[in-house]
Amino acid sequence: MVHAFLLHGTAMLLDVYSGAVHVVDQMVVDIVQLFEQCTKQEILSQLQEKYTSDALEEGYEEVAILKQQGLLFAQDSYEAIATQFDQPTVVKALCLHIAHDCNLRCKYCFAETGSFHGSRSMMQLDVGKAAIDFVIEKSGNRKNIEIDFFGGEPLMNFEVVKQIVHYAKQQGEQAGKHFRFTITTNGMLLNADNSAFINEHMVNVVLSLDGDKQVNDAMRPRIDGSGTYDRIVPMFRQLAKERAHQGYFVRGTFTSQNLEFAKDVLHLADLGFEQISVEPVVAPDDKHYALKEAHLPILFLEYEKLAQAFVERSQAGQGFHFFHFALDLSGGPCAQKRLKGCGSGYEYLAVTPEGDLYPCHQFVGNTQLKMGDVFEKTIDASISKSFRERNVYTQTTCKDCWAKFYCSGGCPANAHQLNGDMDKPYEVGCALMKKRIECALWIKAMLG
Amino acid sequence: MKHIKTISTACLKDSAAHGGCGECQTSCQSACKTSCTVGNQKCEK
Ligand code: SF4
Ligand code: SF4
Repeated sequence: MVHAFLLHGTAMLLDVYSGAVHVVDQMVVDIVQLFEQCTKQEILSQLQEKYTSDALEEGYEEVAILKQQGLLFAQDSYEAIATQFDQPTVVKALCLHIAHDCNLRCKYCFAETGSFHGSRSMMQLDVGKAAIDFVIEKSGNRKNIEIDFFGGEPLMNFEVVKQIVHYAKQQGEQAGKHFRFTITTNGMLLNADNSAFINEHMVNVVLSLDGDKQVNDAMRPRIDGSGTYDRIVPMFRQLAKERAHQGYFVRGTFTSQNLEFAKDVLHLADLGFEQISVEPVVAPDDKHYALKEAHLPILFLEYEKLAQAFVERSQAGQGFHFFHFALDLSGGPCAQKRLKGCGSGYEYLAVTPEGDLYPCHQFVGNTQLKMGDVFEKTIDASISKSFRERNVYTQTTCKDCWAKFYCSGGCPANAHQLNGDMDKPYEVGCALMKKRIECALWIKAMLG
Repeated sequence: MKHIKTISTACLKDSAAHGGCGECQTSCQSACKTSCTVGNQKCEK
């Protein structure tokens, strides 16, 4: 399978099964599109009006050589191994819902502004400790374990966060496990003390900020409706500086209310942030801020604009990292990761303040998918199996998709939420995923 | 080559052989979280 695309006038080919990437001229694109169905003579005669026969001969030869080298039209060696990875459920990451409450009222919040469709509550230390014991027991011989402190707003319950970190480090040492902590915060309660703790103990921090003051404050107000930008930006800058701009990112959300998100990303870069991620909101069509298919052309242009600016800034020595454009072509993740993605429901589980287990943070509150609890140390085998068995080949749309080894089959929670089926990926999400991968490949071509 | 410039060669073929050790970071694609494109992840080995 070969995917051809054109970006800012550069034609490119991605050979899906080998991972090879080529910059080509339009003639090669035309040849490649006919290559597998037609003989050489047929191709030459079909294209003779557009190109000279010498050029066509050359182009054809070059395509044929790359095919022989396995760099074009490579065979699929993944489908056969996709099913070989069924291993027992080994949990290696937990999302701890430290606080089912929040001090903001973000309009697009999937967690019902912190309550997750239930009542507002805080995780107590005994639940946190039980979660640590649970993951140590269920992580088999995995050494690295990740704990993400999530909410609601986890800083509303930060004492418990601190104690869980200490407990996990202690228990991990005894059990031969290495814990990595991450936290997501809206920044409202950041201060010198908790920033210092975060910078000492957390390998990654996600700082939520959508863009400039107007964009951010429209979607991310306080409970009283006032804005948050002025309060959080200085705290975020300080925190990023204190961690030497490593292991954090400023993460925003774009919606139909700020389709022109490229300027928001550049605004974040102008504020001095070096690690930036913005994400499309995921919401059903009836929400006023939802992204719809009709928005795609504008969003594609925004990605292209941003890619251009990204290249220009990198070349001028003012580069920043943008998550959607990060793509490791030379190494990257292993086959298992590419085929299965996030691991929700079997490698990664979410724990509610009460200690209930769910396949991931986005399924919390969907009681049909409650998988057990950390005190009983049970994991529902059939729910876990249904997640474990999924891979890009079990989902028909993904199986034939050129982006599958970079996307890994999308987010099952979004598919479930919007299409009522975990195996039916959310179309707007797919379109944006493909666009961002094309941009990332183009950037590689530009920056070498 | 005159018409084709290869900027990356076949890394996927190599990774097909190994399976996986599972020590890598989890990757969530959702808007509310870390949202890695799996392709930008690192292998721990
Ligand atoms: S872009 Fe969509 S269809 Fe393609 S692999 Fe991802 S989820 Fe599947
Ligand atoms: S199901 Fe979606 S939201 Fe949940 S961990 Fe996977 S990618 Fe993230």
